[in-house]
Amino acid sequence: MGLALLVIIWLITFFSTYFFVAQTWWLPHGAATAAAFIDHQFALTYVLMGIVFVAAQGALGWLVWKYRAGANNGPVEYSHGNTKLELIWTTLTAVLFIGLNLMGSHVWASERFDPAGPDSVPVEVTGMQFAWYFRYPGADGKFGRTEPKLMDPSAGNEAALGLDTTDPAAKDDVVTGTMYLPVGRQVDLTLRAVDVIHSFFVPSFRFKQDAVPGLAIHMHFTPTEIGEYEIACAELCGLGHYKMHGMVHVVSQEDFDKWLAAREAEKQ
Amino acid sequence: MVAQDAHAHAGPQGFIRKYVFSLDHKVIGIQYYFLALVAVFVGMALSLLMRIHMIWPTAILPIVGEIKPETYLQLLTMHGTIMVFFVLTTAPQSGFGNYFLPIQIGAPDMAFPVLNMLSFWTTFVAFVVMLAAFFAVGGAPLHGWTGYAPLSALTNSGPGEQLGADLWITSIAIFCIASLMGALNFITTILDLRAKGMTMMRMPLTCWAWFITAILGLLAFGVLLSAGILLLLDRNLGTSFYVPLVVVNGQVMGHKGGSPLLWQHLFWFFGHPEVYIAILPGMGVASQLLSTFARKPIFGYKAMVYALMAIGILGFVVWGHHMFMSGMSPYSAFAFSIMTMAIGVPSAIKTFNWLGTLYKAKIRFQTPMLYAIGFVSLFVSGGLSGPFLAQPVLDIPLHDTAFVVGHFHLIMGVAAIFGMFAGTYYWFPKMFGRMMNESWGRIHFVITLVGTYCIFMPMHYLGMAGQPRRYSQFTELAYLQHLMPLNRFITYAAIVTIAAQFIFVINLFWSMFKGPKASDNPWEATTLEWTTATPPPHDNFGGHTPVVYHGPYEYSVPGAAKDYVMQTDPAGVAAH
Repeated sequence: MGLALLVIIWLITFFSTYFFVAQTWWLPHGAATAAAFIDHQFALTYVLMGIVFVAAQGALGWLVWKYRAGANNGPVEYSHGNTKLELIWTTLTAVLFIGLNLMGSHVWASERFDPAGPDSVPVEVTGMQFAWYFRYPGADGKFGRTEPKLMDPSAGNEAALGLDTTDPAAKDDVVTGTMYLPVGRQVDLTLRAVDVIHSFFVPSFRFKQDAVPGLAIHMHFTPTEIGEYEIACAELCGLGHYKMHGMVHVVSQEDFDKWLAAREAEKQ
Repeated sequence: MVAQDAHAHAGPQGFIRKYVFSLDHKVIGIQYYFLALVAVFVGMALSLLMRIHMIWPTAILPIVGEIKPETYLQLLTMHGTIMVFFVLTTAPQSGFGNYFLPIQIGAPDMAFPVLNMLSFWTTFVAFVVMLAAFFAVGGAPLHGWTGYAPLSALTNSGPGEQLGADLWITSIAIFCIASLMGALNFITTILDLRAKGMTMMRMPLTCWAWFITAILGLLAFGVLLSAGILLLLDRNLGTSFYVPLVVVNGQVMGHKGGSPLLWQHLFWFFGHPEVYIAILPGMGVASQLLSTFARKPIFGYKAMVYALMAIGILGFVVWGHHMFMSGMSPYSAFAFSIMTMAIGVPSAIKTFNWLGTLYKAKIRFQTPMLYAIGFVSLFVSGGLSGPFLAQPVLDIPLHDTAFVVGHFHLIMGVAAIFGMFAGTYYWFPKMFGRMMNESWGRIHFVITLVGTYCIFMPMHYLGMAGQPRRYSQFTELAYLQHLMPLNRFITYAAIVTIAAQFIFVINLFWSMFKGPKASDNPWEATTLEWTTATPPPHDNFGGHTPVVYHGPYEYSVPGAAKDYVMQTDPAGVAAH
């Protein structure tokens, strides 16, 4: 049974590690500035944890085979432990774990602690059962007032958000069901939810943030590649959670301006 | 160590007082165990339906019929809730703890036998109320076992969020009361009823684990109870603890000014210690068994005790790592993340000591030991994905994906279940007076170990690729399509592994009546439960009170007659 355990544990270790190393399934292609760092940090954590994983499982398999009752004819080592080894092990783990943690902190901080830059594109994202709406403030750069009483999800877009058209700032607001962003420019995101908690998850941007009723959460990120990227909802929000998806179109600045102008024109 | 005689009482005679409303901790322990056994099969059946629906979304199943997306979420909610409360909290602590804690410390019963009976029957009522949610109009709730508000606090947020959700939260509140009673009883018993010579540092590590777990329970369940009552008020009396002004499907709800994050803070203040409530007893059992079957003292007994304490303390300051993406202050993420990494250190110490125990040992591979070894392997695998999730930047892509599901199932689900299997195979002879079948035990072990790895390891790959959890179907997102073969593989592995659990149940019941008779100490172990008759008499030690002379793991002592020295053996072991 010692040999069987060794084989089983080592095989499990081999196959688990193989699919990580071969990257058979991996993070989706990254298309925002944070992706490079996050992917690097992920790979580093993976290598370090992978070494500990292989070492611990390898040792477990080897020990149970080597010291099986039939094979070990020598005396059992009567020992209650070794304080020096305990201390070395504890210090090493503490340094490894806490060091890893500190390394990642600046990327976390840059997207959250600092406000978005002056040239950023303001977009408000609103989650509701079971759709995402995207609002652009128009030429005045200001989001107009929304009124809960005016919200009519069946009408979609501006009406779904309850845009109060008596507010001058609301007149040029554009609300759409698809997100357009210019490539290479920082996006100043405001996240809201009207009913329950949703989570705005764009795997390719390495971006995820809950949208919480009652809160307006500010974040910023920069898409780096032209293309279409899927949005998923990552917080359980009800029966339609699995189909609450959307699309981000990252386009050139020129195409973005054209698209926004066309939406404005449609509204009039 | 006082007033032991006051607890010695004659065994009751009638069937009801003996087997139903029994005050005997051993009967109550078995009652808890069988409650958890029923619950685990219910929970497992729900997970099977979920796995089937994920890969064959349109299949019409016998009895259940068609599984709609909302049905899937109801299965998911009930699976999580039943498994966490009625299996992971119930069997390792209340089941085995009730039966063996008093015996292992040399006490005739728990400190408060009536409270003990009450806590079991309160748990039973909670379980019945939980199951009743299935039959409520609209069915069981769909808000997940974490019950995030406002989804859980509004009655029109989805099917099952009416009576079903009220029953769900009521059941949890009742469960909290039962757990508080149990925790109080465990703590008092350990502090007051230890036999002569049973100092704290001579207690088996199982007792230490039950002790720390009881303290966690006492501090955590009170918070969940309060949180649950507030949720009931929000749902039924129009208060706004968790709900701000919200508009559901165009309808402005009457709430104003509440905070959805308040629920998350209260829930996870309970929820994270709960993870340790589930796993610490398993750690205790693994330590006990590795030492016993390796015929070697546990490596670093004191370090093991301190590590348990450290996990217990740190377990209360890490809850925020569930909330990195929640909208809580991004500054606090640093504090929670450092604390979370810190809790990895005592966990690593335990692993190191388990491996150290095996070094230069003479390992006997009886079934309980196989499960203890499996526990260590799963604990390592599930533990090492922790430092990914504990880093806020890596939590961005991984939070609420299948990676998290793989992580916590390995470490608090399957590892804890392996602790229960280990405990079952180990203590079954003492509880029922017969041995379980070894061959079937081994077959069950191999299929379950390989099967659980086949189910939960691939979930890490799915999560890295961005597959969100709690999705009933993956048909809507193009980037998930290439993951379907992996999802199918997991379902096939789940079907095989679930089928193999019937081997265990058949072995359990067959051995109860037909297994070979067990001796008083079949594993040649040292702790007090192996000094008394099999099964133990009503007052545990047949009228005398044991006196303890040694620590719990004196194996292969040089110069001793046998390769183990019982804790009650007055013959000397060199002082150390």
